[in-house]
Amino acid sequence: MSETLFDPTLKKKKKSTKSKPAFVTEDEPSSGAKSTPASEMDDLSLGDGNEFEFKKKKKKSKSAAASAVDDFEAALEQAGVPNSTAPTNVADDVETVKGLEIEIGYQAPEGAEEVSYDKMLDRFFQILRENNPEMASDRQGVKYKIPPPIVGREGNKKTLFSNIKTISNKMHRPTEHVIHYLFAELGTSGSVDGSQRLVIKGKFQQKAIEGVLRRYIMEYVTCKTCKSVNTRLLKENRLYFLECNSCGSRRSVQSIKAGYQAVTRDARKKAHTTT
Amino acid sequence: MASLDNLSSFDPFAESGDSKTQIANQIHIRCQQRNGRKTITTVQGIPSEYDLKRILKTLKKEFGCNGHINKDEELGDVLQFQGDQRQKVLDFLTTALEIPKTDIKMHGF
Ligand SMILES: [Zn+2]
Repeated sequence: MSETLFDPTLKKKKKSTKSKPAFVTEDEPSSGAKSTPASEMDDLSLGDGNEFEFKKKKKKSKSAAASAVDDFEAALEQAGVPNSTAPTNVADDVETVKGLEIEIGYQAPEGAEEVSYDKMLDRFFQILRENNPEMASDRQGVKYKIPPPIVGREGNKKTLFSNIKTISNKMHRPTEHVIHYLFAELGTSGSVDGSQRLVIKGKFQQKAIEGVLRRYIMEYVTCKTCKSVNTRLLKENRLYFLECNSCGSRRSVQSIKAGYQAVTRDARKKAHTTT
Repeated sequence: MASLDNLSSFDPFAESGDSKTQIANQIHIRCQQRNGRKTITTVQGIPSEYDLKRILKTLKKEFGCNGHINKDEELGDVLQFQGDQRQKVLDFLTTALEIPKTDIKMHGF
């Protein structure tokens, strides 16, 4: 076998009778191997082309960076000799420094300070928790709780969100604002029925609504500085601001934008029938 | 020296300006329900230095779905795909186009 493997030239000239099956089995993978690199190459070149035309600058910067790295490495190699000498010097320095420390006795208070930082931090939080538990509560994992949204089906195409009023009250936000956000995020529309329940067009799971509400809370309820939810939403000349009641910080929040809405067949049909 | 460095690295007022600019060129991936359990994915705000047609073509092939470019007067060109392709679009934008995740916003449920 070793001979046959070793002499591919023989194989090409003439196929020997006895080792023929062996060659056949060998031929197949080799041909496969030949074909696969080609296809891979094609794929690669295609991919390269794609990436290249997506953004031309990227590639250049990459190669430039790579060359820079190479240069740096070369420089490092060149600097290899001085490097080897450097550590010994450093060690000497350290030794001298240590001697100085011992002589002067300067390091001791600083080291003590370093150790005490953690203790001081612990103590700070302990005091904070004792005096005003509200501020440190979120760090303790006591989470802001809102009742889970009660979501049901109305008919075949609509979703009923029955406790939106209580949820928005709990968040201290106007119901309209929450509704507006929900519609913008879900890309639908809907209405509020007689008993303050929200009717949303389209089928939505309870989990989906919950996720959107969670994002609403992240964006429009929690204070980014202290993570408190004790906040209020202010509107000042068309801009919305979130002001924190517990730490007084203030940040601007995006107004809700529905963004692009694809025209569905339903909408087209509706437009057609109305006109 | 150290204190100076600290001061320069943290500017409490820089954030609001940053987010303002980010809002303008953020990419929004949305999902809209159509009739029944069918959905549409829209991708809004891909920077103009990318060739939308080429992206569309590759994504259509990758996702195995149809899609097209909608030209919106206000929002520019919007990619639209059939079905919920949000996660896949996000993966593509972050890996192939190397757009930072903070510039992309996923909407919907
Ligand atoms: Zn706060």
